[in-house]
Amino acid sequence: MYQYDEHDRALVNERVEQFRDQVRRRLNGELSEEEFLPLRLQNGLYLQKHAYMLRVAIPYGTLSSRQLRALAHIARHHDRGYGHFTTRQNIQFNWIELEQVPDILAHLATVEMHAIQTSGNCVRNITTEAFAGVADDEQLDPRPLAEILRQWSTINPEFLFLPRKFKIAISASEQDRAAIPVHDIGLYLYRDAQGEMCMRVLVGGGLGRTPIIGQVLRDGLPWHHLLSYVEAILRVYNRHGRRDNKYKARIKILIRALGIEAFAREVEEEWRFLQDGPATLTDAEYERVAAAFSPPAYAAAEDEELAFGTVLSRDPDFARWASRNLQGHKVPGYSAVVLSTKPGAAAPPGDVTAVQMETIAELAERHGFGEIRITHEQNVVLPDVRKSALHDLWLSLKEAGLATPNVGLLTDVIACPGGDYCALANAKSLPIARAIQQRFDDLDYLHDLGDISLNISGCMNACGHHHIGNIGILGVDKNGNEWYQLTIGGSQGKQSALGKVIGPAFSAEAVPDVIERLVATYVAHRHEGEPFHDAVQRLGTAPFKEGVYRREEMPA
Amino acid sequence: MNNLIKLVDGEARIVLDDPWRLVRDAHAPRPDGPLILPLADWESRQPRAVLDGEAVSQHGVWLAPDDEPECLSPWLAILPLIALDFPDFRDGRAYSQAYLLRSRLGWTGELRALGDVLRDQLSHMRQCGFDAFAVREDKSVDDALKDLAGISVLYGRSVLEPRPLFRRRTG
Repeated sequence: MYQYDEHDRALVNERVEQFRDQVRRRLNGELSEEEFLPLRLQNGLYLQKHAYMLRVAIPYGTLSSRQLRALAHIARHHDRGYGHFTTRQNIQFNWIELEQVPDILAHLATVEMHAIQTSGNCVRNITTEAFAGVADDEQLDPRPLAEILRQWSTINPEFLFLPRKFKIAISASEQDRAAIPVHDIGLYLYRDAQGEMCMRVLVGGGLGRTPIIGQVLRDGLPWHHLLSYVEAILRVYNRHGRRDNKYKARIKILIRALGIEAFAREVEEEWRFLQDGPATLTDAEYERVAAAFSPPAYAAAEDEELAFGTVLSRDPDFARWASRNLQGHKVPGYSAVVLSTKPGAAAPPGDVTAVQMETIAELAERHGFGEIRITHEQNVVLPDVRKSALHDLWLSLKEAGLATPNVGLLTDVIACPGGDYCALANAKSLPIARAIQQRFDDLDYLHDLGDISLNISGCMNACGHHHIGNIGILGVDKNGNEWYQLTIGGSQGKQSALGKVIGPAFSAEAVPDVIERLVATYVAHRHEGEPFHDAVQRLGTAPFKEGVYRREEMPA
Repeated sequence: MNNLIKLVDGEARIVLDDPWRLVRDAHAPRPDGPLILPLADWESRQPRAVLDGEAVSQHGVWLAPDDEPECLSPWLAILPLIALDFPDFRDGRAYSQAYLLRSRLGWTGELRALGDVLRDQLSHMRQCGFDAFAVREDKSVDDALKDLAGISVLYGRSVLEPRPLFRRRTG
């Protein structure tokens, strides 16, 4: 993992003291709420319905056991004993007192963490996939460039008051597990035919009110130009992005207005001045940062497969979990393990208690190298587990309530905090997630249904990414009541697609029945082995619409 | 103007006798003394020799966030002062305008921040090349001075420090 040097430490420590002074001035009235608002947002602090919420950055989703214990400490002493992992690999604490925030940030700084730029109209946390460095389909490790970008974008004085928030993600594997095409800038890192590391730059993706899949701005950009090219994009956006209407202020709207070709010309023209200038990355800097991500001391794989295979055949519950919650590892004899934060009725998606955090920290040390990852599906990953240890690990996870065998299944719901917490929400998300999870509690049926992503957002800001769920649920307000609109056909990754609305919205009570009819329609029509999303692609929305609405009209 | 901080040889000073008067509205009556005029107004009031770059202007110019700094290129040699407006401190366009004026167009004269100029943004303005800060009149200029320096670490680059930290980190 990346370790802070004296510069990184100084920046974070000075920032804590700066914010401590700003909080003091807010509390004594020197700063108005209007003046304080962007300052607190750029330090991760939102005001929600009931209390302040603090969003702590987990750069590219990577945590050490020590850091996770610090998060547990915050959950226990400054919140109500839990934290909430988000779709951008951050963690949110929902019950925070303003007066305590400087001390919380100071505590985070001791473990090399911060909440800088996790909100506000600036460059946000740089994300990548949870399996970076270990995935068996990885071409390159995206973490060094993610860390370089994190540093470059942190308190970059020209770009702290952009027209709107700005999200950057980077992926370097066959399968995109970082939702690259729905970012303001999405980067695919790969080796070209000459073996040179270069990038495909997507721009203008995003969900929210105007969901748009990002378009290719440039392909084959050598990695040395990463910072200068991003600088060119940000300068064009900062100068020309709309500021008259916050709903039209994202870069995607500028690109849609100009067209991708004209936008690309603007960027290239700006970049001409920067190309090969001092922002050009050096081999030395890449190597300095990459050294922090060099592989740990993996053990030789001796009989790992045999031990794993034996216990698989002996323990069907374990085998069921292993069929969903493991991810292929590039080192033989190892596996990456996904800990589902979606146990069903017991806890909302993404919520992890302080006790669970401490358990995870301990298990990461016992069964790995003390490292933990957060997925953009809000789950937790132990990236380096020997296959012979998987059964022991599973037993421990079961005890901690972290072994739900549902990764990628219908109940692995992505949901925003919704109307229970968020002041922007039109409707609640968490009770809908819970009701669906309760309805689909038969594991045999769930596993038979196979891969289905289900995403819930409590308003059109789309924090639950409902547009790119195979099934998307959007909370809407109808005359002061909470209703839910259903989309199908969305997908994430390299084949990203936006779901289509299938018809009029439903009441909260009706949602579980509706989902049941939807998947029953799939089961009735699917070909052997055909996943839900493929069936929707083949059949279109018509049969699903019919399946859902025809029976809606029948008497109970 | 009142409530002004200026960097003189890198030292921050509170200026009590600033002669410049800001004209926001082109139609308002004009005070005496050197003025800081809106771009169109400045251009329309200059003698031919100034517009041809042969004589120094008596008046400075201020740009609104949607003015293009490149349009000042012909007059950089004859302008006594350029100011950039922050109609709202959350509008960050003037940071990029400042970068362009300093780093690309080569403006070396006074670059003044106007408008919603607040203590907590001064260090960002300084990094982007502003060297004069007309702090909002209802705010204490002494207090504002405390945050002009800002955080000591700059990861990226700026007008003040064109080399990113990775080029300064070693040694």
